[in-house]
Amino acid sequence: MSTAKVIVITSGKGGVGKTTTTANLGMALASMGEKVALLDADIGLRNLDLVLGLENRIVYDIVDVVEGRCKLRQAVIKDKRMQNLGLLPAAQTRDKSAVTPEQMIQLVADLQEEGYTFILIDCPAGIEQGFKNATAGANQAIVVTNPEVSSVRDADRIVGLLEAQDIQDPLLIVNRLRPKMVKNNEMLGVEDVQEVLGNSVKLLGIVPDDESIITSTNKGEPASLTEGSKAGQAYRNIARRLRGEEVPFMNLEEETSFLGKLKKFFVAG
Amino acid sequence: MFPSFLEKLLGKSDTSAKSVAKDRLRLVLMHDRADIPAPMMEEMRKELLTVLSKYVEIDEAALEVSLDRADDTVALMANIPIRRVRPEKVEAPAVEAEAGAAAK
Repeated sequence: MSTAKVIVITSGKGGVGKTTTTANLGMALASMGEKVALLDADIGLRNLDLVLGLENRIVYDIVDVVEGRCKLRQAVIKDKRMQNLGLLPAAQTRDKSAVTPEQMIQLVADLQEEGYTFILIDCPAGIEQGFKNATAGANQAIVVTNPEVSSVRDADRIVGLLEAQDIQDPLLIVNRLRPKMVKNNEMLGVEDVQEVLGNSVKLLGIVPDDESIITSTNKGEPASLTEGSKAGQAYRNIARRLRGEEVPFMNLEEETSFLGKLKKFFVAG
Repeated sequence: MFPSFLEKLLGKSDTSAKSVAKDRLRLVLMHDRADIPAPMMEEMRKELLTVLSKYVEIDEAALEVSLDRADDTVALMANIPIRRVRPEKVEAPAVEAEAGAAAK
């Protein structure tokens, strides 16, 4: 009956940009007219609210819903900037065992009942209970990795574990790419990451390392809302792909400004 | 293209941070992926024993199956001490029968 896309955003390793990715894709999808629910499954280490700038509006959380202290609708925070974006925050004072996989499946079903077309689940780092909870209700997965050995190794492990959870064909986002370093053979390129991971994952997007992510996170305004941000553009492209559009990958190689080119010319000379 | 040709000429191509990272990742993933869970290993050991017992009598207690990881390969190593070769192939899964008899 329901056709909502329920996507878990995961990585294995911590600090690769899962929460940032969830926030930015949620904002971008909502701005394109989708009704989006963001579900923070990182119980005990709540952060998605902060990245979205919604931390002061939390009344109830996911554990309150599961334990029947409030209705689902009461706990979901509606974003004032983006009416069709809702956040179900994680509990901060509980731990991963406060929610079971069965309860997560029920929550996702209830969110679908509410008419959400995209449900994005922000998965905690690690491969234990929190991972099992976050993946339980999902029918698709996005694996976020950085072009760096330890996060790629963890991504490979996660792909195997997703298969065991019956989530096939995960999509890959290579986050924090530094084109210049790749060009100078100092960093793994997207092709390298893909080659190493094999064809078990399909590339969904490439997000450049971008200072605007830091400033936008500081302000609680996801970069995908900002026109000039390269990372924001990358996230908007990914959102369009998730909606089924064919969008070519961004060219991250070019030196954009004339001044930059001139400077490069003189420095090189 | 030209710089990479030069690099090859100078023998520098595979010492870049990028290719070192790639090589190390390839290797470590090969090892990670070849990690066989203990229950599966045990099942494999039993099945191997069943098949081999058709032809040879095996010192079951001394049978060892393990994954061996050398520099750039992963191999399944089996150490199978043979008591004697059976004069004729035995059709039935002799292992369980023998083990049962031994228990009595």
